[in-house]
This record gives sequence, C-alpha cells and structure tokens, in this order.
Amino acid sequence: MIINHPLLGPRDAQEFTYLGDAALIERPDGQAEDAARQFYEYLYLRDNPAGKHRELWFHEQGDRSWLVVTRDTLTHEITKVELARDVARARGRGK
Amino acid sequence: MTQVNRLSGGLIDRSQTLSFTFDGKRYRGHGGDTLASALLANGVRLMGRSFKYHRPRGVLSAGSEEPNALVELRTGARQEPNTRATTAELFDGLEAKSQNRWPSLAFDAMAINDRFSAFFTAGFYYKTFMWPAAFWEKLYEPIIRRAAGLGSISLEPDPDSYDKGFMHCDLLVIGAGPAGLSAALTAGRAGARVILADEDYLPGGRLNAETIAVGTQSGSAWAAAVLAELTDLPNVRVMLRTTVIGAFDHGIYGAVERVSDHLAVPPEGKPRQILWRITSKRALLCAGAIERPIAFANNDRPGILLAGALRAYVNRWAAAPARDVVIFGNNDDAHRSAVDLIAKGVHVAAVVDTRARAIARGEYELIAGAQVIGSAGRLGLSRVEVRLASGEIRRIDCGALGVSGGWNPNVHLTCHQRGRPVWREDIAAFVPGPDGPVGLRVAGAAAGLFSTAETLSSGSAAAVAALGDLGISARAARPPETEDAPVAITPFWHVSGGKGRAWLDQQNDVTVKDVKLAHQENFRSVEHLKRYTTLGMATDQGKTSNLGGLAVMAELTGQTIAETGTTIFRPPYTPVALGVLAGRARGKEFRPVRKSPSHRWAEEQGAVFVETGMWLRAQWFPKPGETHWRESVDREVLATRRSVGICDVTTLGKIDVQGSDAAAFLNRIYANGFAKLAVGKVRYGLMLREDGIAMDDGTAARLAQDHFVVTTTTANAVSVYRHMEFARQCLWPDMDVQLISTTESWAQFSVAGPNARRLLQKVVDPEHDLSNAAFPYMACGEITVCGGLRARLFRISFSGELAYEIAVPTRYGDAMIRRLMAAGAEFDVVAYGTEALGVMRIEKGHAAGNELNGTTTARNLGMAQMMSRAKDSIGAVLSEREGLTAPDGLVLVGLRPVDPSQQVLAGAHLMIRGTVANAANDQGYITSAAYSPNLGYSIGLALLRNGAARIGEVIEAVSPLTGLNVEVEVVSPHFIDPEGERLRA
Amino acid sequence: MHDLIAITPLGSDVARQDRVGALTLTEVPDWALASVAARPGQEDACHAALTAFLGATLPGPGHAVAGGAFGAFWTGPEQWMIEASYTGHQDLAGEVKAVVGKNASVTDQGDGWCRFDLVGEGLNAVLERLCNLDLSRMGSGSASRTAIEHMGCFVVFRSAGASVSVIGGRSAAGSLHHAILTAMRAVP
Repeated sequence: MIINHPLLGPRDAQEFTYLGDAALIERPDGQAEDAARQFYEYLYLRDNPAGKHRELWFHEQGDRSWLVVTRDTLTHEITKVELARDVARARGRGK
Repeated sequence: MTQVNRLSGGLIDRSQTLSFTFDGKRYRGHGGDTLASALLANGVRLMGRSFKYHRPRGVLSAGSEEPNALVELRTGARQEPNTRATTAELFDGLEAKSQNRWPSLAFDAMAINDRFSAFFTAGFYYKTFMWPAAFWEKLYEPIIRRAAGLGSISLEPDPDSYDKGFMHCDLLVIGAGPAGLSAALTAGRAGARVILADEDYLPGGRLNAETIAVGTQSGSAWAAAVLAELTDLPNVRVMLRTTVIGAFDHGIYGAVERVSDHLAVPPEGKPRQILWRITSKRALLCAGAIERPIAFANNDRPGILLAGALRAYVNRWAAAPARDVVIFGNNDDAHRSAVDLIAKGVHVAAVVDTRARAIARGEYELIAGAQVIGSAGRLGLSRVEVRLASGEIRRIDCGALGVSGGWNPNVHLTCHQRGRPVWREDIAAFVPGPDGPVGLRVAGAAAGLFSTAETLSSGSAAAVAALGDLGISARAARPPETEDAPVAITPFWHVSGGKGRAWLDQQNDVTVKDVKLAHQENFRSVEHLKRYTTLGMATDQGKTSNLGGLAVMAELTGQTIAETGTTIFRPPYTPVALGVLAGRARGKEFRPVRKSPSHRWAEEQGAVFVETGMWLRAQWFPKPGETHWRESVDREVLATRRSVGICDVTTLGKIDVQGSDAAAFLNRIYANGFAKLAVGKVRYGLMLREDGIAMDDGTAARLAQDHFVVTTTTANAVSVYRHMEFARQCLWPDMDVQLISTTESWAQFSVAGPNARRLLQKVVDPEHDLSNAAFPYMACGEITVCGGLRARLFRISFSGELAYEIAVPTRYGDAMIRRLMAAGAEFDVVAYGTEALGVMRIEKGHAAGNELNGTTTARNLGMAQMMSRAKDSIGAVLSEREGLTAPDGLVLVGLRPVDPSQQVLAGAHLMIRGTVANAANDQGYITSAAYSPNLGYSIGLALLRNGAARIGEVIEAVSPLTGLNVEVEVVSPHFIDPEGERLRA
Repeated sequence: MHDLIAITPLGSDVARQDRVGALTLTEVPDWALASVAARPGQEDACHAALTAFLGATLPGPGHAVAGGAFGAFWTGPEQWMIEASYTGHQDLAGEVKAVVGKNASVTDQGDGWCRFDLVGEGLNAVLERLCNLDLSRMGSGSASRTAIEHMGCFVVFRSAGASVSVIGGRSAAGSLHHAILTAMRAVP
C-alpha cells in the first residue's frame, strides 16, 4: 500500500508500523469518577467496520510522525491522511 | 546430430551455434533458440512424462503457459527442476534432463500407472487413502511423494545470489507485444516515466511469431524499430526477461528479472535474478492472449501442439516438429498456421475445421464440419483419425497436429485483487472484468481485441487515457496499416466419441471423464471442480486448460459458461524461484548485525557472543583452561562480587527526553512518580501498557530541569520509543517535550563490585568527587574522563553491588574499555558477559524479560507499593481492575532447592506437596533460574500464588514433560544483600 | 585534552574506502551531528537562530542544505540534524545549544550514526537495489529517511545522481557497508 504522507508525499506502507483504531487518541481521564468503565470501553470496545476505518500508523522508517489514515478495509482505498497530532488537537487534546 | 527439422528464416542467429545436451545426448542449436525450439529443430518431440500417468509428452505451447515440457536444467548445485523448455533460453553448454521417468524417457516403468488409470481418477487420493489415519505418515505419504511430483532438486545450497530492487514510474506497461510497444511509445514520447516489462528476451510478442506486416515492415522489424526508439528515450526503461508476477495494492507490482538465466553461470558478484517492487501511478496490462486446445481422445501425444505455437516455432525459430502436419481448429486464426507452414515448405496434409462453413485461406485441403477424434503413434504422433461430416472416419498420416480452440485473453493480473473476468459470447472468451486493480487498464488481446490493428490502437489509446489521469497530455500516433481481421469462431470444446481419454489439463492429467466424475459426485461449482480434479493447479495454473474444463462442466450442468463462471488467479503469474523471494536475506545476511562499542576488544579477548535481537553481545569471556561455560561465568560472578567487574551495557535503549514538560510527561508514562525527581538523580521506572500489564522497565536520569535520559530494555528499545511518541503526539500533543533515541551515541559500561569506585577514580577527572557523600546511590551527572572527554556517570546497579554505569561518546568506547580494564588490573578486574549479568540479577532478585513477559502486573512483580495512586499514568486505571488485584494473584518470590545438590529449572510449574501435578493444582511457575556461585546452589525466581505470604513453605517444582520433581523452599527473591547495603556503600 | 583514541564506525583506526567501477564508497568518521527540535511556541526564534548559525535557510520536509561549515537536513516536524566536521566541532551539540537556548532541544547524535559517501556516475542504480525511494524525484539537496536492508537510514543527496551520503545506525555500520558494497558489485 501507499500512504500519502501529509508532509512527505506518497510513501510505501513498509516504512510504517500499524497500531489500530484512531479512537485510541481519545484516551479517557484517569481521574474521572467512572474511569474504570471508560477505560474498559476505550481499550476493548472497538468498531470493526467493513468499509471506512480511521486508524493509526507510525512512520517509523521516516519522520516519526503518527498519522491518522482513513482506509477502506474492503478495498484498501485510502481517502485521507492526517497528522495524528493535528487530529488530537482538533479533538480537544492538549497537555 | 543435425537439425533435421530446421527451416529457413526465423529470428535466430545462425552465426552462433550452441551445443547442448538433453538426457545426455548432444545437440546443436542457434542463438535465439529456446530449449524447446532447438529440440524440435533436432527432431525431438518427446520431452517429458506426465505427472500422474507418466504418459509421454512433448511441447504444447511456445511460451510460459507450457504444461508439459518441464525439464531439469543444469547439473550439480545449480540443477533446477520443473523449468519450461519453452522459455529456457539456449546457451552453449546447457545441460537439460527430462523428468518424472525411470529408467529413461522412452521407457518409463511408472507408465504402468497409465494401465491402472481407472483407479487414479479424480478424487482418487481422497477416497483411497482415507483409512486408517495412522497409515498416512508412514505408508501413504511416502509412496505418493515418490510417485508424484516432477523434477528433483539438487539438495545442495544454491550457489547463486539473488537481489531485490525498487522502481518507480508513471506508467508500467506489462507486455511488449504490439499493444505494449504502441502504449510505451505513446507514453514515452509524451515524456512520461515508463517501464516496459516483458517476460521474453525478444520484444514484439506475437509479432515475432506471425508473418503479419506492420506498415511497410514485417511485424518483428517494426517491434525492433520501436524498441530502438524506446531504448533511446531517457524516460523509458525497457525490462526484458522480466515477468510481472503480481498486482498489489495502490499500483504496486512485483516483477522478477532473470538477469543471468540465459548464461551458464552468473558473472562474478552479479545476481541470478532480481525481485523488483515497482511503484506505478498507472499500469497497462498488454499481456496478450493464450491459445486453448480442443480435447479429443489421445490428444496428448508428442507432436500435438497448439496451432499458434506451431506457427511460432516455424516463423520465429525456423523449427518444425515434423514435415507433415495437420491443423485442427474451430476458428479462422487456425488457418493462419496452415498458410505460414506452407510458406515455409512444411507439408500441410489437411486443415480440419469443426465449422461446416469454413473457408480455406490457401492451397491446402480443408475438411470442414469435421473433427479429429483420435491419434496414434508410439512416443510421438504418426497419424490422426478424422470424423468427417458424413460420419466416416479418415486416417491421415502426420508428425504434428496444430490445434486451436480459440484464444483466451490473458486476464491473470486483473484477478489478483479478486477481480472477476466476464464472458464475451462474441469472441467466446473471458475478458477482464470492471473490478480489476485500481489504476490498471487493459489493452490489446488481453482485452479481447485480437486484430493487430486493434492491439496497436488500443495500446496507444490506453496510454493516452492513463496519462490523462495523471495530467500528462499525450497524443496517440496514427497506427501503421496492418491486419484487421475480425474474430471468426464457433465455440467447440471437446470431441465426443473416440477411443481413449481426452485430456483437458495435461499438467495434472485431468480428462473429460474426470470432469464428468466430479459432476456425477456433485462437485459442480468451478471452485469444487478445481479442487476435486486438480484442474488448473501446479506450475501452469491452468493457463491452457481451465476454460476447457469449465466448458465441459457447463455442458454437463446445462448452464452457460457465463453462468458457470471461472476460477480466478493469484500471484505469481508464473513460477518463481524461492531464492529470489528471499533475495539477499540468506544465512547470516537474514538481518543486520549490531555490534557494541567494545566488540573489537571483546573479540580479542576470545569472548563467546550471543545474539540478543540484532545485537551481538559478549556472553562470557573464557580464560585459558576453562572448559565449560559455567567455569567462566562462575569466575566472572565471584570476581565481580569480590572486587570489580565490567560489562558493556550499551545495548540498553536510551531515549533523550527534553522540554519544559519532560518531567510531567514521564510522570504519565511511568507507573511510579517522576515529577519530583531531583536534578542529578536517577530513578527506576516501570512502564505499563494501558491494560495494566507491565511493558518495560528501566531508569530515568534527570540531567537538568528540562532534560532526562530514559533507558529501556535491549529488546524493547524500539517499541518503547514508538509508545512514547504515541503518547507525545496523540495523547498530549501540546506538552513541551521532545524525544530522540541516543542508544548508539553512548558507549556505556557497567562497573560493579566493591572496588568499582576505586577503579573509576583512576579514570574520572579529579575535579569530580565520587565519594559516597558527593555521589551517592542513584546519583547521576555529566563528568569528564581521561583528561577532558565528556562523559556521563550513573550510580545504578543491576547486580546489587556498588556499581556505576559510565558513558562516553561511542567512538571512544573501544579506547574506554581498554582504559577501564587497564585501570582495574590492580583490582583483578574481570570483564563479564550477559550470563554473569543474568546470574547476578537473579541473585539480587531483579525482574527482567522473563518476568516482564507480557502477562505480569506491578503487583505480580512485587512493586505494588511503588505505584503512584495520586496521578493519571498509562495503565494505572486498568491495573486495578478485577482479576489483576485478586488476593491470591501471582507474586514474585525466590526459590531454593531443599536438597542443595538439586537443580531449579526455569519453566517448571509449582505444586503444593503431595497434590497431583495438573493445571487445576497449579500454583505458579519458575521464570528464571541459575546456579549461584556465591550461595553454592541453584536458585530461581518464580511467580507464585499469594507468594509474599508463603515464605518458608516447601513446594514442588514439577515438569511432567521431563519427569522433573524437585522440592523447593519459597524464599525472598533477594538472595544477596537483601538490605541493599552493598549498593549504597 | 583527553588521550583516548577514537575508532571508526567500521571498527578500524582508519576510514575505509572501496572502489567498484566508477563508484567510490567512503566511510566518513570526521563528522559531527546534532539533532535540534524546536519547542512549541518557540519555532520562529529557533528558526532564526539556526538560520543565522548555518548561514542558510533551514530546510523543509525532505530536504537538506549546506551552509559554510555546517549542513542541515530535515528529520521530522520541527526537527533537524545539523552536520559539521568533527575535527573542528567536537562539541557540536554544545555549539548549537548555545545558539538556540531554551527555544529548542539539542542532542548530540554524532556517535549514534555512521556515514558512508557514495560518489560516482550511476549511483542511482545502486540505490534502487537498496531503498524504496523514487530516485528520479530526488534532486540535489533532497534528504529522506528510509529503510535499507531493515536498517533505518537517512539518504542525503548532496548532488543528485553523483554524490549521496548514506547515514545509518553506528552499531550496524558493518551490515550497512556490506549492503552498499554488495549492491555496487551487483549492478551492471
């Protein structure tokens, strides 16, 4: 597969390592009242879509950016690639 | 031996005479010959024995689709089985052998199978070898393995080397026939980056096999002229002898280039073959078409081949299988063979056409509305039987028969991503479907466009369209005038009647009768048909046989071929040598080797090395007279604990963590607290996964308010870095923290033992006070050594002794180990390796990889009290979940044998004394064990249920597999210096 | 001045050089390297300080620049490697840190890497056997991290098609050198 890196252009998927669902960005607050339930859902309850899937890839043999790649699990078509840091900030994550 | 069947003309180099042998007999051929064409020219039709029935076989085709003429090429270590004679380029000195016969090709004892063919029908193995199951391994399989299979391998290591490579292009053109050449020319002239790949060594495809003119030149001359122009274009790369074997995601194609297969031996240093990974923006499949036979009784006799192949041998290679030939077909194209053969002086005895209204295209006898229903001849064709329209039988003497059932577009690569071909009734063939690989277009005969004019125009049109997608404007040149005949075919698959079996798949010996049997036994879907009869399997993947088989099935089920459908293809397009898939990754070159900074010195000391991941680490340093590794290791351990020892610990991962939020960041990464660690101090840190399981451990040293150096285990250096980047970029993107690996920047040595300080004081520059007060346990700092070299010093201990780790820039690592050893001479310093390191950490009760094994929590490791509850760190929440906090959970303990002469073994399970050793009674297991030279007996670390409360209990360590049963006493994991007085000394 | 003697990444006292046809492969031990990562909010100040230090504009993604005594190549978002000769800049990281101060994190990297310069006509034929870079797009001043025989490496195109630096992990210098040399011998 080819991942169109937002900064470096098309790069072979062999340069990347895969982590999984981009929902892993949405880490719950460990100090929350119902943290145990939230973490259980965060870590174990994932969608497994036949179709568009947002997922995390790490450009290990590249610029060490984590990317959020939107990929169709049926066709492998990649429709969007974003820097995970930008996605995290847009989702309200900060310090 | 003369080339009795060599004709005039052809695209061979007669100035070059090549000598070769087949089954030990010497022949001559010419440059440009394949093994098959040279054998035919020499009057050899019999080239092999079939897979199952050992029937005599000759060539069927003139290309890579060949099912029959599989031979062993070369001898010795380079012997390669199952090579197609039709694609093997002849070279001087080539040695080839036929396969699957004993004692000789002409007399094959196993041909007895043919007599018992009634037993060996479809599903034979499934039915026969079912029972008893125990017979499989001992009896059935060895017999089958001996009887089946084709060639044999040398059983010697492959002496050749293989390579891999990467190419990028705008347009990949697969196939250099008329469509491919036309496409490459159009794209090349437009300035696009083009790769044109063809499996053949002579570009032109069918143009080289035909007498069709293109413009004012012969087809082959036109191809040569186009090749010359393409070769001159700097943006075009022509790859001959290169087979595109697979279409993968996003325009990636695999290709194998046979660099040296046409030479006796690859030139020095050069690879035999190269596996290319081609990244294309667009691709164009111009793979042409493959002719299909018509099945009739005994249609597998040597001398019976495809009509187009017959024509190719005559036109391109000036070789005829015989001087008297009959043609049998159901389409106009078959007649071309007759015309071309006659032009070359070969006698065409008759053309048998299944169509009643067929018209002769030249001076030959046409027998219309008739069928070939049988053949005769021992080890080769001598006569065919023809059933005339009237029903009468006529026998015609001939040495060769050219058969044509029409042409199948070569759709192979369009199926590699599960694309399904679609049936076109008008040309009676499957063509590529609409769901082929993204970015791949198909042109020419592969798209079902069979006239030369259509192939030329579709090739350039497809190139224009493909480049248009990329914003490159290209113009299709006006194609030269050439043949533009329509397809005229009436489907005809197999001849009924006739005496004997009618072969559909000659490679797997599948007959029309086998398909009928499959139908009768209800294996009717094409996928079932394939598995039940083995139709279309093995090296040719049914390129000439699939359609015939499923057409027979369609007939039996009363469905159309479109309804019956077809099986699809997977990579590779043609067989690939395993060597080229491995490439350079053979033996010690399987992966890179990482050497520590003291490697050269350690080699000089005669160190024994061990692979830890990619690293080579000194395992122990044998001294003269030491004959067993334990002697060396025990000596290293005792000397270190008695005085001082030095170990290269560079391989531990090191990550530089900087930024104003560095401390806050580490506080979230580690389960224990880091926010308040003072500058100049080191702390042990345990990292958890988010699910609460321990991931890695190490230390973090605070060199400045905004600067830490974190260490990881050797094994997890890469994954911990990745994890920290994930936390930094994805979880807390606004933290001011920067990470970079510095593992290899520093040569780091552990200096351990009661004399460690005294040794270091001789090396560290005197302005740095190493006294216990000034540089206590868990201190760190930036220092200088040996008169001003910048270095780092950490007072940390894995061994439990007074110990330091000293780091210098890696380029000085070799000098530093020599200096340290020299400085330590007065203390009888030893170098110790990973074994002694392991023994000492077990004696001290430090957890390592065996304990941090992906199933253990901080609580299991006895570190529960270290965990900070006051903060949110990764893994903190889920480490408290039910099941991980059960009171009878596993806890790290020490074990010692009740009888000191007995051994504690890692991996053994723990049972309460007197209970049955089974899973229900399992109390835990031993994670690490070693002989402690300090204690004089074997010790172990174990994870034991409720272990902390069981100190003093005697339990059994068992291994039912090996019969081990040892009584062990549960003790503290800290065998040495439990109060930590030594390391604080 | 300390009295320790350095060895080269290949473990020798002298730098290795190999010639195959028109190509030369040279181990370059006289080479210092420091990483710089701008701190959030301080990017502009970091860029300005580095630009003045280098005497050249900081390179963007996929690029390298050569200033007077210094060179730089981009390694990641707001991250660069600064290069210089080791003889003249034994504490390159210290020099860079003095310039960027709290605006960036600086780490000494020179001992973590090995550098091999491949020079001569036809070197792209060697590189295409080693790494999956689109070489025709790699002009002079391109720089990219990529994998060579499983080793993470930087390839810096000093002069397109004529001179590149292959920079890999120092501990695997032997494997990297072997890989490049094997490819040099394997190409036509």
